[in-house]
Amino acid sequence: MKPEIWHQLGVKDQEFEMIVNILGREPNYVELSMYSVMWSEHCSYKNSKNTLKLFPTENERILLGPGENAGIVDIGDGLAVVFKVESHNHPSAIEPYQGAATGVGGIIRDIFTMGARPVALLNSLRFGPLEDAKIRWLFGGVVSGIAGYGNCIGIPTVGGEVYFDGSYSGNPLVNVMCVGIMDQEKISLGQAKGTGNSVILVGARTGRDGIHGVTFASEELGEESEEKRPAVQVGDPFMEKLLIEACLELIDMGVIVGIQDLGGAGLTCATSEMASRAGTGMEIDISLVPRREEGMLPFEVMISESQERMLLVVEKESEELVKKVFDRWELSATVIGRVTDDKMVRVKEKGEVVAEMPAKSLADEAPVYCPEMKTPSYIEEVCRLTHSKIPEPADPEEVFLKIITSPNIASKEWVYRQYDHMVRTCTVVLPGSDAAVLRIRGTKKGIAVTIDGNGRYAYLDPYLGGITAVAEAARNLVCTGAEPLAVTDCLNFGNPEKPEIFWQFYKAVEGMSKACQEFNTPVVGGNVSFYNETAKGAIFPTPVVGMVGLLEDLDQRCTIDYKEEGDHILLAGQGEPTAGGSEYLSIIHDLLEGCPPEIDLEQEIKFQNFILEAIRAGLVSSAHDLSQGGLAVALAEGCFKNSLGVQVKLSAERDIRWDILLFGEVQSRAVLSIKPDKYIEIMELADKKGVPLKQIGEVKGKDFNLEVTGPEMRKAINLPLEEIIEKWRGAIECMMEL
Amino acid sequence: MKFGVVVFPGSNCDLDSYYMVKDVLKQPVEYLWHRDKDLKGVDCVILPGGFTYGDYLRPGAIAGFSPLVESVKEFAHKGGLVLGICNGFQVLTEAGLLPGALYLNISLQFRCVFTYLKVENNRTPFTNLTEDRALKIPVAHGDGNYYADPETLTELEKNGRIVFRYCNPEGEVTKEANPNGSLDNIAGICNEKGNVLGMMPHPERAGEELLGSDDGKIIFDSILKFWGEN
Repeated sequence: MKPEIWHQLGVKDQEFEMIVNILGREPNYVELSMYSVMWSEHCSYKNSKNTLKLFPTENERILLGPGENAGIVDIGDGLAVVFKVESHNHPSAIEPYQGAATGVGGIIRDIFTMGARPVALLNSLRFGPLEDAKIRWLFGGVVSGIAGYGNCIGIPTVGGEVYFDGSYSGNPLVNVMCVGIMDQEKISLGQAKGTGNSVILVGARTGRDGIHGVTFASEELGEESEEKRPAVQVGDPFMEKLLIEACLELIDMGVIVGIQDLGGAGLTCATSEMASRAGTGMEIDISLVPRREEGMLPFEVMISESQERMLLVVEKESEELVKKVFDRWELSATVIGRVTDDKMVRVKEKGEVVAEMPAKSLADEAPVYCPEMKTPSYIEEVCRLTHSKIPEPADPEEVFLKIITSPNIASKEWVYRQYDHMVRTCTVVLPGSDAAVLRIRGTKKGIAVTIDGNGRYAYLDPYLGGITAVAEAARNLVCTGAEPLAVTDCLNFGNPEKPEIFWQFYKAVEGMSKACQEFNTPVVGGNVSFYNETAKGAIFPTPVVGMVGLLEDLDQRCTIDYKEEGDHILLAGQGEPTAGGSEYLSIIHDLLEGCPPEIDLEQEIKFQNFILEAIRAGLVSSAHDLSQGGLAVALAEGCFKNSLGVQVKLSAERDIRWDILLFGEVQSRAVLSIKPDKYIEIMELADKKGVPLKQIGEVKGKDFNLEVTGPEMRKAINLPLEEIIEKWRGAIECMMEL
Repeated sequence: MKFGVVVFPGSNCDLDSYYMVKDVLKQPVEYLWHRDKDLKGVDCVILPGGFTYGDYLRPGAIAGFSPLVESVKEFAHKGGLVLGICNGFQVLTEAGLLPGALYLNISLQFRCVFTYLKVENNRTPFTNLTEDRALKIPVAHGDGNYYADPETLTELEKNGRIVFRYCNPEGEVTKEANPNGSLDNIAGICNEKGNVLGMMPHPERAGEELLGSDDGKIIFDSILKFWGEN
């Protein structure tokens, strides 16, 4: 075999040698293709595996951590929540609609594979600036792709986030998360147990779509990426809806021995992983695989990423029952092989062996690399930001309006009104709050779900960025009245073979691990997406945190919007706002510098405990943590839903500048509104919990009225709420109509 | 009163209608499978929202030919109560039980938002309990842009068959209040006898205050009242 052949498949020379050693001979093309997909970064995590060991993955609630298709967390009453996030960045960069749609399809399969009913979808998106027509095409395409798939399949898309920044121009990020609820007794695993059991391929037919999709995901995007459009799969949400119903019906009947979805690396991945996990082997005959087109070669069948397919392992006696259930849903179910005891994956075509290799070598024995690390040179430069570099703006109102209409801060209604966020009638807190809340039928409970990340912070300080990504997600949940349970992460970075990029990755994971440890929110699964870069450079390092929280009593939920005129507005927590890495610095001063806001984890935990306890005690009418855009934006966001104005007076203590006080960003702080008669009780609770709390204003009138006074200084924003709402709500729509 | 919720391949609001009847209305309810012909003796058939057969040909087109819909037609001709919601409305137009068609939204995008509905005819079995105020009920569809030819439209107008129109919270029928570009803001229509209603908004999603509105319950309560009186 010529080196060009394995190079073309992305296999390195030393990796080819390893394969030869494993097999005791040169692989044939089918085998090489199978190794190339299984040993790609996307499937094997060969560059990230060692670093990911830093994550805490266990506590008393975790029923299943990383390693299977999704993590499972105990929520009491015999129920569990199952969730995972996954990226579909590269496919979406060249074919936004299908790229995003199949991302949604893939993550849903990961959830129902475990035996859970998928109940919610979320997404975290990053694009370049909307001024660029191609970016608008990408953004519009991704949103309609997510909508097209999620809406049809009938799983509500309840939350998410979208950010725009130049670093994502050539390489958008599309991270999708799915959450499921299940009966703990119904947990099903991707294991091919029981020699002689039947291996059944169900769902869609196999075509040539998505050949080498995982290899494509494991390299940088370039000029020639457009030609890889055929590597992008095409989704069929209707087929997947039927698959969910049929598979859950079988799981319910208890006939499934093992089940796994066919995603990246298709049949190769499902056969080798299921066998490897169970310590068995598998023999299949690909001439039995229902095809979409004629003339497919064995390697194409084995690595095709045609969507909406699942592999089931059942006892031979159950074959007919499986066929009957699938027939009822008008789906095909074809026995393609058997579980064996020789630990080999053996692929036959019409009885003739075309590939044969140890299952474990494909699934678990990919090389593990420890890439070099080096602190990037920009790190030292960016933290030299001083206030003298930030000219003091003249007009606070102008600054405020610019920030509130920045696409990063502006209403995302243009996005979420395209998503069916209500189907299944369980969405109790709709998109637009800090986190979405879903009821769990038949119980008093609810779950809160959020997804969050800040690439700018992580760029300036990956370690701190990692910590704050977790802290922000936890705060979002706490502000709805939920106790954070566990994390799924999507780690989006550039090329790990570059030492500066790997340093960013390592530091971010280190920070996230520290925070997950402190909050007792283990990581139960996730996804690494490397090679997010183009000739113009890498994206911001973007660790995205998906988090699920539990409300024991749904009646104790809380939202961000003010409820009634006359309510007091309080500012909770401590921490000095900073311009570093803020939206203010970016939008108004066009600077990407400074240290992102510091966080004291001990204080943060106290702060979250206080908020949670105050909400549960019924003391709080609304709660909203300070995030991008700082205090001014957080105060305004509470006004929007019920069109209630505020009157807030702040005094600038010490020598803090008014612009930093209003728009600077900070951790561990939140705006609360309370009924006046709760004042004493909440102040006492804050005192007991050691959390600073002070009244700064009240809910009043129809204007947004915010005043800062200090020694010889008075600055004010006084604008009709109606004007702010109109601009905030219309900003993204306006840009999309350019 | 016994309700039946039809399940086609691709229905996805079947569950919501089911729980609306069972948990909120507290009435017996059964699923009706698309391949069966048996309506299981139900008093009201609900055709739920979703994407029957993926809506790949035209929304509701293939479902219109299913064995169960044949039985629903018979049931409707005999005066049985039929409520088509969203995709169910599309199925009813494709099956010929209601006139007109539902085109792609004028925005060319899916819309999931709360809308307000003006009740134009409160003498139907579905609206007899409505009062003189706008109902807050959400829509969630990509094809809700109602169209009918001028003669049909005149006939619908004349006979009080336009049941709901999109309006603002104050009850005024305005262009801004229309989420999909439908003709004359039409949100729901009924057949000549008034026993078959098709509507794009989802009353089953607005059955509890918890979900942001319980105005949708008025429609189900009206059905109960009508059935009780007949």
